[in-house]
Amino acid sequence: MLSVKHNESVTFTEDMLGKFAEIVRRYPEGRQKSALLPLLHEVQAEFGWLSVSAMDKVAEYLHLDPIEVYEVATFYTMFFLQPKGRFNLEVCRTGPCCLVGAERIMTHLEEKLGVKEGEVTADGLFSWRGVECLAACGYGPVLQIGPEYTFYENLTAEGVDELINELRKKAEGAKLDADS
Amino acid sequence: MARKLLLTHIDIPGINTFEVYRQKGGYRAVEKALKTLTPDDVLEEVKKSGLRGRGGAGFPTGMKWSFLAKPEGIPRYLVCNGDESEPGTFKDRYLMTHIPHALIEGMIVSSYALGANTSYIYVRGEMMPQIRILEKAIAEAKHAGFLGKNILGSGFDLELFVQPGGGAYICGEETALLESLEGKRGNPRIKPPFPAVSGLYNCPTVVNNVESIAAVVPIINDGGEEYAKIGVERSTGTKLISAGGNVKNPGVYEIELGLSVEEFLYSDEYCGGIANGKRLKAVVAGGSSVPILPANLILKTLKGESRLMTYESLADGGFQSGTMLGSGGFIAFDEDQCIVRNTWNFTRFYHHESCGQCSPCREGTGWMEKVLHKIEHGHGSFSDIDLLVNVAKNIEGNTICPLGDAAAWPVASAIRHFRDEFEWHVTNGAEARQRNYGLANYADPLEPVV
Amino acid sequence: MAEDIKFKVSIDGIPVEVPPGTTILNAARQIGGDIVPPAMCYYSKLEGSGGKCRTCLVKVSKGSEKDPRPMPKLVASCRTTVMDGMEVQNITSPEVIEARRGVVEMLLINHPLDCPVCDQAGECHLQDLGYEHGLEGTRYEFERRTFDKIDIGDKVQLHMTRCILCYRCVFVADQLTPQRVHGILGRGDAAEISTYIKNAIDNDFSGNVIDVCPVGALTDKTFRFKNRVWFTKPVDAHRDCPTCSGKVTLWYKGEEVLRVTARKDEYGEVEEFICNTCRFEQKATSDWVIEGPRKIKHTSVISANHYEQLRPPAVVKKNLTLQEANKEQFERADRLLP
Repeated sequence: MLSVKHNESVTFTEDMLGKFAEIVRRYPEGRQKSALLPLLHEVQAEFGWLSVSAMDKVAEYLHLDPIEVYEVATFYTMFFLQPKGRFNLEVCRTGPCCLVGAERIMTHLEEKLGVKEGEVTADGLFSWRGVECLAACGYGPVLQIGPEYTFYENLTAEGVDELINELRKKAEGAKLDADS
Repeated sequence: MARKLLLTHIDIPGINTFEVYRQKGGYRAVEKALKTLTPDDVLEEVKKSGLRGRGGAGFPTGMKWSFLAKPEGIPRYLVCNGDESEPGTFKDRYLMTHIPHALIEGMIVSSYALGANTSYIYVRGEMMPQIRILEKAIAEAKHAGFLGKNILGSGFDLELFVQPGGGAYICGEETALLESLEGKRGNPRIKPPFPAVSGLYNCPTVVNNVESIAAVVPIINDGGEEYAKIGVERSTGTKLISAGGNVKNPGVYEIELGLSVEEFLYSDEYCGGIANGKRLKAVVAGGSSVPILPANLILKTLKGESRLMTYESLADGGFQSGTMLGSGGFIAFDEDQCIVRNTWNFTRFYHHESCGQCSPCREGTGWMEKVLHKIEHGHGSFSDIDLLVNVAKNIEGNTICPLGDAAAWPVASAIRHFRDEFEWHVTNGAEARQRNYGLANYADPLEPVV
Repeated sequence: MAEDIKFKVSIDGIPVEVPPGTTILNAARQIGGDIVPPAMCYYSKLEGSGGKCRTCLVKVSKGSEKDPRPMPKLVASCRTTVMDGMEVQNITSPEVIEARRGVVEMLLINHPLDCPVCDQAGECHLQDLGYEHGLEGTRYEFERRTFDKIDIGDKVQLHMTRCILCYRCVFVADQLTPQRVHGILGRGDAAEISTYIKNAIDNDFSGNVIDVCPVGALTDKTFRFKNRVWFTKPVDAHRDCPTCSGKVTLWYKGEEVLRVTARKDEYGEVEEFICNTCRFEQKATSDWVIEGPRKIKHTSVISANHYEQLRPPAVVKKNLTLQEANKEQFERADRLLP
């Protein structure tokens, strides 16, 4: 797991810092470590993943040793220690969803996107992975997309195609907006 | 029509807002408790109700509350367990999505009973939309004066916060949840001390499931005795059941405990039978951790009695022929499902979710997964089946937390009841990769077992 | 002064009286001998340790005088405190032996069993356990988990493949050093001890992670491959150290000090933690005041050929040529031993 230290500078915006302060106030004095998970979610929502520099910065903000942050970030599956596609599609792969075809959805995604689980498409737009039970067993197969964890239920292959097209359009639209 | 206590107003548009919830009689329990009852009165009502923890263990909630240590000058905490991650269970998501105020109201009344002035609702991180819903509901309740300082002039203060998890099934275990809430890895603590004595920030703490907390509202509104009239034996009240897998109408149903499994599974009011006109092969009745039962044993006990949706009836026969109500995650398997594949899938889940702290679970879950993978893919041997039974036995009961048991039981029960299917995978390896074993002799309609 | 309350406990039928708050394991250690449960993760000097490896599981057949019900499950003796009248079964319970055998098997399935090239061999607790409880063959037929070796600092090597995740080294860093830079990363069977980023564990007391490691996951690079421990001779010595107690064990091969460790008791626990200067920098006999041979359990392989006067076989005594050939040995023996 040993990776080279990234030294790129990470800046937390005023907005983020305001949100951080609000979160830290939820806990008793001296218990600011409790804010670690919420803060990591915020940071990941902003940057798309958790670089070492970002984690170090969180450690500094909460007065923790950096290793305490690494320990936590590597324990929980929602935190990405590598960049992901802009849309990271997470399909539930646990029993009840498999009973209603989750495995077929994952095979379909792999074919459709042309990348294996965990890999990012060449355009940087998509990545996908199987995740464990999302507590939506009655609506399976399901997938979610962070950072707001938008939920898509009762998936079919056609539905997945449609979703991917929609997301592509959304990305193109955003690109046009940015260009103009 | 069965009585509903939690989902009474589920179909009313806007019930997720404070305004509509209040119009429909919401927050009456807060008014009643804070204005007319002492904290001990509330505890008494919960005790009388016979409410048992809805998260899976089924421990009496009133008794859990009464264990809470109350030393002078040390804060106490109520933490709501909304980490819902048990495969097959999705009732808490449903409740939080559609009637968030039921949970908020329950939290206020329960915090009052326990003397907690700061309470947390720990929700699994993947439920970000539900976290936003709860945060909005809390803001609404606060705005209406049901949270904050001196609620309804009672002198009782309460701050309520939502805490996101980070993606870890183990955080549904209460001490792992507390570790996570303290910003640490979700490693379960070694008990004792129990949270009632030393929990969050080393202070006395009660951890309750979302549904348990929500159930406190009707208990206070109607009285514990009234609640206890519903149900049978020590299974009182109503329970949310998540129906999934191959049932015709999957979804969350509120049932009166004591309903027969057969009615739940086949009546149109609930599951409506098996989807696509297929036949039932097996059921996991209480979330993936509980023993799987073949169709004939889930519908009737070994004594030939109709099996009921109660803690006692589902457990009838022990692990030899029974199972558990658990968290109420009801997963039905139709005739085309492969038990070996599903057991492998569940075991992969537990392997993936093991925190890695204690050796039997860390090493044993991965070992079982590998052996099951081998059998499922047609490369197994008969000795592998015995090996699985033995490894499961070496994990069970020897770990820090119940995840070890939860990983061992599905494997042990699948082999106990479906051994011929495992053996078929061994003897017909190539064929097993092409097709499923099918129903064999497990299916409904029922023949007497003995 | 309140009178000292003592709880009466029995372990495998042997009675002992201990103060309230004592764990079953420590009560057993007061009795000593074969009834002491093994402990791979518990370390009495490290607060919060224990409960994880599950090798110390015992059966509580009677909870206490007040509540004689047995405990429903086997309990970790290192983290379960005694009650008055408690009766515990360790080696007299087949259930315990069976469970422990299961735990040892779990600890071994992903262990490399590279004892022939492991510096810990001879003083490895897993080796002892495997010998006592293991099976000759393994039932595990899959590829074992492996990690790359990592140097954490210039004196300590981390060989994660051998690690059993006892967490002791993490507690050492938390409790003995000003800042912890290593920890447990990942989870489940992918969990590992690591610094995550390239980082050296470097402070006055960091070397103690070597002594507390029950296996060969953390080893002393200054001793690496120098010798097998059973060919070296432990001698207690001390020096006036400004940082630690300076009380150590020197491990000699001939006249050369191959390594320095803290002094370990019969359960493998150090008596006092030592500093890195004592451990890594002071390797000349002249640095130390020699106290005498370190007592090692006679069952340990380290005791196999130690401290005895050189007693050459009769054939040597009779034969001048052989005496001449062993001249150097005789001289050394004369010099080192009184």
